Amino acid sequence: MSKQYETVIGLEVHVELATRTKIFCGCSTAFGGKPNSHTCPVCTGMPGTLPVLNRKVLEHAVAVGLATNCRITRYCKFDRKNYFYPDNPQNYQISQLYLPVCRDGYVEIDLEEAGETEVQGAETETGRKGTKAGGKETKDERKGTNAGGEGTDARWGMDGEKAAPRRKKRIGIHEIHMEEDAGKLIHDDWEDCTLVDYNRSGVPLIEIVSEPDMRNAREVIAYLEKLRLIIRYLGASDCKLQEGSMRADVNLSVRRVGDTHLGTRTEMKNLNSFRAIARAIEGEKLRQIDLLEAGEAVVQETRRWDDLKGTSYAMRSKEDARDYRYFPDPDLVPVSIDDAFLEEIRARQPEFRTEKMARYRAEYDIPDYDIEIITGSKTMADLFEATVALGAQPKKASNWLMGETLRLLKERELDPEDIRFSPEHLAKLIELAEGKIINSTVAKEVFEHMFEEDVDPQEYVEEHGLKMVSDGDDLRKVVEEVIAANPKSAEDYKGGKERALGFLVGQTMKAMKGKADPAGVNRMLKELLR
Amino acid sequence: MELLSLSAVELGAAIGTGKATAVEAMEAVLGRIAEAEEELHCYITIDKEKALERAQSAQRRIEAGELTGPLAGVPMAVKDNLCTEGMLTTCASRILGNFVPTYTAQAVQNLERAGAVIIGKTNMDEFAMGSTTETSAYGITRNPCGREHVPGGSSGGSAAAVAARECFFALGSDTGGSVRQPASHCGVVGMKPTYGTVSRFGLIAYGSSLDQVGPLCRTVEDCAVILEILAADSQDGLRSDSCTGNYVGSLAAGEKPQNQEIFGAESHSPDSGLNAGQGIRQKTGQKAGGQAARNDSTYLGRKDIDFTSALKKDVKGMRIGIPGDYFGQGLDGEVRRVVLAAAELLRKNGAVVEEFDLSLAEYAIPAYYTIAAAEASSNLERFDGIKYGYRAADAEELHQMYKKTRSQGFGPEVKRRIMLGSFVLSSGYYDAYYLKALRVKAMIKKAFDEAFARYDCILGPVAPATAPKLGESLDDPLKMYLGDIYTISVNLAGLPAISVPCGADKNGLPIGLQLIGDCFAEKKILQAAYTYEQLKKA
Repeated sequence: MSKQYETVIGLEVHVELATRTKIFCGCSTAFGGKPNSHTCPVCTGMPGTLPVLNRKVLEHAVAVGLATNCRITRYCKFDRKNYFYPDNPQNYQISQLYLPVCRDGYVEIDLEEAGETEVQGAETETGRKGTKAGGKETKDERKGTNAGGEGTDARWGMDGEKAAPRRKKRIGIHEIHMEEDAGKLIHDDWEDCTLVDYNRSGVPLIEIVSEPDMRNAREVIAYLEKLRLIIRYLGASDCKLQEGSMRADVNLSVRRVGDTHLGTRTEMKNLNSFRAIARAIEGEKLRQIDLLEAGEAVVQETRRWDDLKGTSYAMRSKEDARDYRYFPDPDLVPVSIDDAFLEEIRARQPEFRTEKMARYRAEYDIPDYDIEIITGSKTMADLFEATVALGAQPKKASNWLMGETLRLLKERELDPEDIRFSPEHLAKLIELAEGKIINSTVAKEVFEHMFEEDVDPQEYVEEHGLKMVSDGDDLRKVVEEVIAANPKSAEDYKGGKERALGFLVGQTMKAMKGKADPAGVNRMLKELLR
Repeated sequence: MELLSLSAVELGAAIGTGKATAVEAMEAVLGRIAEAEEELHCYITIDKEKALERAQSAQRRIEAGELTGPLAGVPMAVKDNLCTEGMLTTCASRILGNFVPTYTAQAVQNLERAGAVIIGKTNMDEFAMGSTTETSAYGITRNPCGREHVPGGSSGGSAAAVAARECFFALGSDTGGSVRQPASHCGVVGMKPTYGTVSRFGLIAYGSSLDQVGPLCRTVEDCAVILEILAADSQDGLRSDSCTGNYVGSLAAGEKPQNQEIFGAESHSPDSGLNAGQGIRQKTGQKAGGQAARNDSTYLGRKDIDFTSALKKDVKGMRIGIPGDYFGQGLDGEVRRVVLAAAELLRKNGAVVEEFDLSLAEYAIPAYYTIAAAEASSNLERFDGIKYGYRAADAEELHQMYKKTRSQGFGPEVKRRIMLGSFVLSSGYYDAYYLKALRVKAMIKKAFDEAFARYDCILGPVAPATAPKLGESLDDPLKMYLGDIYTISVNLAGLPAISVPCGADKNGLPIGLQLIGDCFAEKKILQAAYTYEQLKKA
């Protein structure tokens, strides 16, 4: 009963491309909007309308392919995938089956070398129901299986384990193809009807199909984080799982250790967060092992993950798998990608993270840890570089990003890509703080407003009268008032009780509503109490 | 002046010189319709008041000097599978019985911009599937040249309307002969241009890789004039709110479609579009085209569209090939005699006429019905009762609604082709049928390439016989499909071809002469057709 199983996972990742217009028509791709306000005869499948490929979509797809070491298909085509469903106005989706735009690539993921086995003992799982009686239950806090938990669910890896040794693993990419998104069905229980919103219909997607190269949730998350980083660096998508601009379907099978053939796989859908992906992988792995242990067979099927319940259920099995009757779309001529186009895309590829990190080490005097965090997000790296370019000291800029920015992002459950304040304002804030125009408490307060609404710190400080008052009559007047109001403390200080001064400083700061420079207050008090 | 006896170009000239008005022309046509339409039934939709209003508006613009083209003020009929904004567009199907488009097909827009005035929408075989116009959900059309006979199809209403003088010219669409065959049966001129010459935007698709819009008219001159307008890519009139946010590149004239590489560049607004055509590739990085290019990626944006320059009465030295297998078994004796007489007339006037072996006609029919049906099965999926058109009333749930809507909305011939097409695309059959058909298509193109290395054009019949009697065709679909034998290989190869009247059988039913050209060689067949027409007149 101690058979060992290996989990084999492949991913199908859909990424919504950051184009202004849809893949085959001129409609806006903007998120939201009144239902069916971003539609036209083409993306609502009206008779006689025809698709014309958006060049930007091809550019993004090829850029992602180049960044993931793919072969670019020089002669690629679109195919129709036929199925009836109301969210699909033509009742066929335009996709690529026979000649996808990119093939045979890979990405390298960084894994913590924890010496852990990738083999899952059937009997040794954490939290597995009903196995307690069956022998040793190891409380095995595997990082991999816990990837969904607090630790690795960090949205940009800031909680990564700094010191752990790393190893690299290559995850193969089978293909990347371009396709169109479908509309959205809205079920109105009250009216007992279903409405269709075609705003999403025709929004461009790429589907990145991996090889079955992953063995656990940790590798899956690392792979997804890597893809997301690359794609965000390219500006090809914002890759938000929650908003659906990045979606992953998990193909998973288990097999006995040592087996060379793959087991029967299932496909898991509806995974809206890394946490859900990790939990679903864990759950599905155990479900399949249970079946095999019970002498039953895994059924090839599509399953839907219910994250609230923490379980999945079968949507459809292979027997009722639809025949999509794929065939080349005669409305779209094949695309022939020439050298000039490839060169154009290559020339436009950004500096990726590894190069960026090396450059930061050479150019900026900031800790490696800062470099790692800042380059973990293109938005943050851009912000950092622009702020420094405006004259801010790298370490100061980095401190604001590493400290207050990350704190507020985490507090508000935001992603670095959601940062809205400008480098100009951050540079100005740093200037105000460094020039002792405002004190650090005020600076943090101003930063918070800047973070929320991108206010101009200079204007904000002036409007709210937050400039430090370190000298002058204003401060002297307040200090005199504080001394007058606290004669006991003043006497105590004069009598040699140093601690009494601290109290008076605090009272003065309070009276100044924090705008004073504590050092200046200290000096003034000492002067007046001499 | 007897306006109805004029050709489209003659009428346009009369209107342009003030000898007639657009309104008089429309009134004449409407008068003719009032006499003949009840019996012939060429049209599905006619709105007389609107037609007159449009004619009045055109006349004002002609008088203001805004409309000066050769077809300004000329009334035209439009096949009911071409979308017309605000005007019922049914495809002769029950499933689109209430469909009023919010946009106008590019081909129709081009003609309207040139001043032609829509009379109404003509009858056709349902979704252009048929050769007799009898599969229409809105009744049959009678052949004006023999009232007990069909007008041919699928553009039967358009051909009959031209023949009956219920319009000055008409638009049709040709997927396997649907312009040329009814033109032949009704004794008018009909032409299918090279695939990609006319934008298909707004043409409700049957077989997307085969469909082309083409004119039906009285003379070869009309044909050339109309085709010039159809093929043009207007740079003006681009609507900023247009749904057609993309565009196509342009290509050098005279290239074969197979060699062309087209690609789009920047579009009107945000992101840009890429285009090209059947067997045609789009290549990264070419200049933006106009409106037509933005809404059909298979549109070629040809520059060599000065078709009227080919209207020369001269065939001296022209090499004309006669495919022996077009004159073998199955061809009616009278048709054979009349068509060969036409070839002889051209030979006598200097053409070099030679028989050769094309030897692929027998494969064209199965390949055609495989490819066209496959594409149709997918193209017609959008008619599901959800968004527009007919919806069955009594369905309990979604799939039942789909089934009932489509069972009640489509006629038997359409269902037959949807089933055939779904079958050949099914997993396990795709390679054996669809892919094999594509290979046959490539072989047919190659055979034509070889022929056009030797000949300027190929001459043959349009149809094996003159128009059949009403009600005789639908019972035996296979026999009906065989009637397309001389026309469909032209569509499979993407070639241009024209049908010109060349005589009649003993019952007075017209016989058409087909002239087929190489890709982009419209001018050669127009010149041969024009010469023949002038010689015959003399």
